[in-house]
Amino acid sequence: MAESAEQAAGGGMTEYIHHHLHNLQWHVGSGVFSVINIDTVAVTLLLLAVFLGVFITAARRASAGVPGRFQAFVEMVVVGVDELVRETFHGSSKLIAPLSLTIFVLVFMMNFMDLVPVDLLPWLGRASGLPYLRVVPTADLNTTLGMALTVFLLIQYFGLKHKGPGLFFKEMFTAPFHAHGFMAILLAPVNLLLRLIEEAVRPVSLSLRLFGNMYAGELIFILIAVMTLGAGLAHGMTYVMGPVQGMADFVWTVFHILIITLQAFIFMMLTVVYLSMAAEHH
Amino acid sequence: MNINLTLIIQALAFFATVLLVMKYGWPHIMAAIEDRQKKIAEGLAAAERARAELKDADARVAVEIRQARQQAAEIIDRAQQQAHQLLDQAREDAVAELNRQKAAAQAEIASMAQRAREDLRDQVAKLAMQGAAKILQREIDPAAHRMLLDQLATEI
Repeated sequence: MAESAEQAAGGGMTEYIHHHLHNLQWHVGSGVFSVINIDTVAVTLLLLAVFLGVFITAARRASAGVPGRFQAFVEMVVVGVDELVRETFHGSSKLIAPLSLTIFVLVFMMNFMDLVPVDLLPWLGRASGLPYLRVVPTADLNTTLGMALTVFLLIQYFGLKHKGPGLFFKEMFTAPFHAHGFMAILLAPVNLLLRLIEEAVRPVSLSLRLFGNMYAGELIFILIAVMTLGAGLAHGMTYVMGPVQGMADFVWTVFHILIITLQAFIFMMLTVVYLSMAAEHH
Repeated sequence: MNINLTLIIQALAFFATVLLVMKYGWPHIMAAIEDRQKKIAEGLAAAERARAELKDADARVAVEIRQARQQAAEIIDRAQQQAHQLLDQAREDAVAELNRQKAAAQAEIASMAQRAREDLRDQVAKLAMQGAAKILQREIDPAAHRMLLDQLATEI
């Protein structure tokens, strides 16, 4: 009896997990690349709209008078990011602080979607006719890599702007190993290779770190949800697994609050560090 | 790992958001914060200044109160001195008046005594002449015995 239930649950489990990890996709053309993950894009745009709405409303209403609760909240975030950026980046830039703020708040909001009960939105989606729905944009590599590549391009732009094209390209061949004469020519390819690896590693590590954390977090929520998959009031195990599931879910949610904040912070902080390194002269 | 067109869309959406925040959000909020910081700094400085001024004023008031008190004490002192002087003057005047009147009275008494003595002397001389006339049974010519009478009068 128990064996057959487990077997049934096993099949259901695989399907359940697979279903949860499948994006709602729209094939715009033929080929693997010409696919759009509608759910990721939609949730991202929704969060962007909320973020921009709140932030630009605050900016429009901002005055030097006594701040209200709403303004004080927004200013608290702004000042926090501003201080962090000032500590790390010792140049003047109009881009770097707003960029950091956008990264932190946006990544946090996208990560936060992980704390919405894992079955709630897919269930609502199914009720309204959507076959798949993944609601955590940062658990989609497209999002994290897209952001990391944007940051990568900004790093290159920063390097070009702060060093000038001459120094920017010269440093590709002369740093980190300095030499004179023949040795300089010998070391040039080594320097170039190191530079290329260094630059390539940054977006990859940035995106994979965030993606890995959020994907794993989502997966653990799914696995916790699986504990009572197909459970009925007639099964004895339901009364054991139910409380265990509740406990596990609570513990992981609390822990995950820390993770989502930390990952948002790390993404922001590394961006600031990379940008300030790009602006520095070797 | 299904990398697809979503990557481009997400990158563009992210970049657009950064641009919007940079253009329409961040500068306004930072300007408001900096304005407020300036205002607060000015307010604190003004409060500090006002406190210093109040302290100055308090000190000035204390000095003035002390001076006023001193002046009042001086005025009272002077008034008392003046009163004493007036009293002394009056006393001296009274004593002088008393002495003067006493002297006048004594002088009058003396002159009256002198006059009485002279009257007495005259009468004694008259009595003496009458006595002598009676003794001699005849009128003594006062003129003839003027010298004698005067001598007698001085001897009495």
